[in-house]
Amino acid sequence: MDIKQNIKTLIVKKPLKLDCGQTINNFPLAYETYGSLNNEKDNAILVFHALTGDQFVTGINPVTKKDGWWSYAVGSGKSIDTDKYFVICANVIGGCMGSFGPSHENPKTKKIYGTDFPVITINDMVNAQINLLDFFGIKKLFSVVGGSMGGMQVLQFISNYPDKAKTAIPIACTSSHSAQNIAFNELGRQAIAADHNWSDGDYNSKNIVPDKGLAVARMAAHITYLSKKGLQEKFGRKLQERDDLKFGFDADFQIESYLRYQGSVFVDRFDANSYLYITRAMDYFDLVKQFNGNLSDAFKNTKAKFFIISFTSDWLYPTQENKDIVIALNAIGANVGFVEIESDKGHDSFLLNVPDFLKALKNFLDKSYEEKHL
Amino acid sequence: MKPEYKIISDLIEKDAKVLDVGCDDGTLMEFLKTNKNANIRGIEISKEKVQICIAKGLTVIEGNAEFDLKQFPNDSFEYVVLGQTLQAFINPETVIRELLRVGNKAIVTIPNFGHWKVRLNLLFKGTMPITNSLPHDWYNTPNIHMCTIKDFVRFSKIINFKIFKSLALINENVSDINNSNLIFKNLFGELGIFLIEK
Repeated sequence: MDIKQNIKTLIVKKPLKLDCGQTINNFPLAYETYGSLNNEKDNAILVFHALTGDQFVTGINPVTKKDGWWSYAVGSGKSIDTDKYFVICANVIGGCMGSFGPSHENPKTKKIYGTDFPVITINDMVNAQINLLDFFGIKKLFSVVGGSMGGMQVLQFISNYPDKAKTAIPIACTSSHSAQNIAFNELGRQAIAADHNWSDGDYNSKNIVPDKGLAVARMAAHITYLSKKGLQEKFGRKLQERDDLKFGFDADFQIESYLRYQGSVFVDRFDANSYLYITRAMDYFDLVKQFNGNLSDAFKNTKAKFFIISFTSDWLYPTQENKDIVIALNAIGANVGFVEIESDKGHDSFLLNVPDFLKALKNFLDKSYEEKHL
Repeated sequence: MKPEYKIISDLIEKDAKVLDVGCDDGTLMEFLKTNKNANIRGIEISKEKVQICIAKGLTVIEGNAEFDLKQFPNDSFEYVVLGQTLQAFINPETVIRELLRVGNKAIVTIPNFGHWKVRLNLLFKGTMPITNSLPHDWYNTPNIHMCTIKDFVRFSKIINFKIFKSLALINENVSDINNSNLIFKNLFGELGIFLIEK
């Protein structure tokens, strides 16, 4: 079965000038929607996905046959209630779920782009997605929401299009990618590049996949999404289907087995070059620098109501980095609420069943939706 | 709803921009929103209380007033309200200065430690007073800097801020405090409510 038949795609005709200088046009933007747009067209929420997410937010992902990445938060009666709101999510450009990315064919060379694909940025991603508003005839979104890289897109979106959303919810993110986060991303990229199959990005033409490298990249990254306490409680030093150590290098410990599994399932659904491109986009994200050191200037033209959420055990995008955004918003008298959610599930908390988080998200959205005077 | 909320509300002009420091479950915020159409924000230290405020649709920041007022520029608000928490801060002087930096005016309420019940409690029992409004033991109280109405009036002279209006709450009735009745109000007032300026 061709998976593409399950993917809705908008061909963006309008030229898009990328930060790298290149201009693209007639490029595909794959998207999915949930719920229905009301007559006033004022109930739309644009959800931005994180590094390895895609447009299939909830329900069964038709390609992977697994639950959508934000099934806890989005759906009928859930925090982002699809009975009430029209949820749109697009695969980011540079991604590998149908949107214009490095696994696409370069029309000029008739070859797969690979690393000839232009380097894209968070800015490019949101500038591509703004086209969805015109497509659906939406003048103003009710909300823009996203965690991690999705949160960065929320910030960039509001900065670029200050009057296109009534509310904005950046979750577990940052306004400027930290050295530690760039370091982890570089580790992942080097793991991919060290895989002989990667072939300088040209693995498609050889019909091979740098699956070992990509799996290691995923394993390393996965550790950063969890917390020490969470790992200790879930795995501790528990052994994997054995009563004692085997004095070898098989997966003796459950945590090893778990990471290997995470790595192996990831390579089935993700493209190695996309991983390079998207991590690069995150590394380049620096909204503070874009506004010459004054983050407040990024938001000075917006009346959007912000709600910023962080998690106690998130050491990848720690509370302080989220709070810096709150501070920048308060400095210009913007309407901003903030809560740090208690959770030992690390950065991944926003994707998991963390009731306090899901409750806060739901309450903020539903109460804001009631306020018609916004 | 606490009886002083109505009094606080009467001190605030319509449509004013207000910050409620230590906004608790947002009851006062809601009251000011409904009655004064206030553009109101809150800071609250307790995660649970912040959640309650969000559920009420209020804009609240989780934070500690002693450290997090810093992020607001000068004169961000017309009024800053500090309800019955001045005594819980490590450095009340800094907090008062911050309130008056962030707001044009501040409304500060203090549980009066000079109330006759408190005085009798200490006089006859010889132990730290425990009353309805001060229910903690000395070793677990968050109230580390208790003061009286008279102390607060003196404080205004020491650290140099103006008391624009001072009111005492006695049996849910409100009355003005002035120089001639200060001794009396300091004995019978359960709560002092002060509208202050730089």
